[in-house]
Amino acid sequence: MNAEAVIKVRNVTMAYGGFVVMRDLTFDIRHGDIFIIMGGSGCGKSTLMKILVGLKPPAAGEIFYHDTNFWQLPPGGRKDIMKGVGVTYQSGALWSAMTLAENVALPLETYTDLSADEIAELVSYKLSLVGLAGFESYYPSEISGGMRKRAGLARAIALDPEIVFFDEPSAGLDPISSRSLDDLILQIRDSLDATVVMVTHELPSIFAISNNSVFLDAETRTMIASGDPHTLLRESKNPKVRAFLTRGEKQ
Amino acid sequence: MSSSNSGPSAPAGLSFSRPAPDTLCVRFGGAWKLGSRRPAFSEFEKALTPDVRRLVFDTDGLEDWDSLLVTYVLRIVKSCRARDVAVDQGGLPEGARRLIALSTAVPRRKDAARKVTKRSFLFIVGEDTRAFVLAARDMLTFIGEVSVAFARLVRGRARFRAGDLGLFIMECGAEALPIVSLISLLVGLILAFVGAVQLAVFGAQIYVADLVGIAMVRVLGAVMAGIIMAGRTGSSFAAQLGTMQVNEEIDALQTLGISPIEFLVLPRMLALIVMMPLLGIYSDLMGILGGVIVGVGMLDINLMEYLHQTQNAVRLTDFWIGVFTAAVFGVLVSLSGCLRGMQCGRDSAAVGQATTSAVVTGIVAIIVATSLITIACNMVGLN
Repeated sequence: MNAEAVIKVRNVTMAYGGFVVMRDLTFDIRHGDIFIIMGGSGCGKSTLMKILVGLKPPAAGEIFYHDTNFWQLPPGGRKDIMKGVGVTYQSGALWSAMTLAENVALPLETYTDLSADEIAELVSYKLSLVGLAGFESYYPSEISGGMRKRAGLARAIALDPEIVFFDEPSAGLDPISSRSLDDLILQIRDSLDATVVMVTHELPSIFAISNNSVFLDAETRTMIASGDPHTLLRESKNPKVRAFLTRGEKQ
Repeated sequence: MSSSNSGPSAPAGLSFSRPAPDTLCVRFGGAWKLGSRRPAFSEFEKALTPDVRRLVFDTDGLEDWDSLLVTYVLRIVKSCRARDVAVDQGGLPEGARRLIALSTAVPRRKDAARKVTKRSFLFIVGEDTRAFVLAARDMLTFIGEVSVAFARLVRGRARFRAGDLGLFIMECGAEALPIVSLISLLVGLILAFVGAVQLAVFGAQIYVADLVGIAMVRVLGAVMAGIIMAGRTGSSFAAQLGTMQVNEEIDALQTLGISPIEFLVLPRMLALIVMMPLLGIYSDLMGILGGVIVGVGMLDINLMEYLHQTQNAVRLTDFWIGVFTAAVFGVLVSLSGCLRGMQCGRDSAAVGQATTSAVVTGIVAIIVATSLITIACNMVGLN
């Protein structure tokens, strides 16, 4: 698969103050990929996602969205790019004082000049896509954790984004819910023709849906592998990658 | 989405044809993208005459599309289903067909929608009364639990970390000094100013010292310190405990068998109850200093004369009443802060409500308590 790269990461170093978390990250995320950022706990996966979605600047290096140097843009320019990007957070991060409908409607109200009726129709449609039809008037505190994650996804895809980011989408879900969330992610990727970037260490998810990845290692503080996880499992010689992908089981 | 083109695309277009007598063909053209105007749905309804039994789509002229198209088609599908018209989705782009299938995969939860019932006036009064009674019961329960915790403390059996207590004492005491100084000094100044104007009419400026001294020591020092602490510390207690409630930290304590009242509420209340009388005394002194500034600076009263006048005016009884009032405020402010924090709901909006409610409850309690203490003193002859 030689699709066009939608995000190019070049020699990125991430740091908190003087403490370098990861250095020399270079990889491409191609159009249509389900791209996994994986690695052990505390290796900086979520930090990398924060850098990719504009929440934290990299200490060094560059990130390109198509051919635009993301962090060289003024904040207004970055906002324009982020309109085409949806982000879902670990706990859903729904605004607790708003109903699900209001949560999904806010990006639409902010970035389009659709009428209230049209927005209500779109909101119902987005909620029905994630299996939450009928829950428009509920507050986040009144629904379950899994539903909150799906509602977060409905909000992330409100503006039909080109790229959707997921931070640990199946963390805290039972295997069946987790599996159906994976299916949903695949279906949304296919029908929206989008690219998915996911931070996760759920092996079933990784092998079920992913076709590209990067592996971050906390010890050497850099990436030690990249590519299709299936290929990595078959061919990688790196013991850390092998241990991760086989859950440390001896083969 | 379906095809990316760089040039400006034609606006969303809609036209109809009848390829067969009972078939309606809906033709989409141009770009159906969020942000562009789409044709009114009434156009379709007009075209859907009663003789139509089958509906097909033609999207050859469609340049680009997103959710705008899908929601329009979903409305068409719904409208056709209501009239028993068969819909053939074959002509739609594949992505749109998938999205439609996905959005109709999980049926709409009928029982999920809220029932909006009109409530009668009597119903609302009843419900609010019930809520009030329940709130009063909650408050009494909380006071009861706190009393039990204090009893355990006296018997030396309460469990909390001494370090926490020290930290709260610092928060409620030393860290509050700057704001208490400023506010009390200014209140003393204002009191002296207003009093001086009136007393000057009778040539009795020297009595400014009595006015400021008695007012500050007996009631205002404690009230000022109380209100400042309600806004500063009561609210912070509520926010801290509320956030702990949201993060399930309080649940974690309970499952470990540690009483949250002892572990969290007790050190906070103890700190404020100990520090409040001291802050009250400090506030008295600052108020008197404010009076001194006006008396010496503006009314040309000798400093020693002013202080002597104050000393003669303020009795030890006034001082003890002030200290007692401040201690009562310490109980009330910390109780309302901790109560609202522990009652907090499970989301961020609830933390805000808890904080606001803690301040309001604290200030109302302070004012009511001041009135009661004043009346009680009057009744037992402590004038």
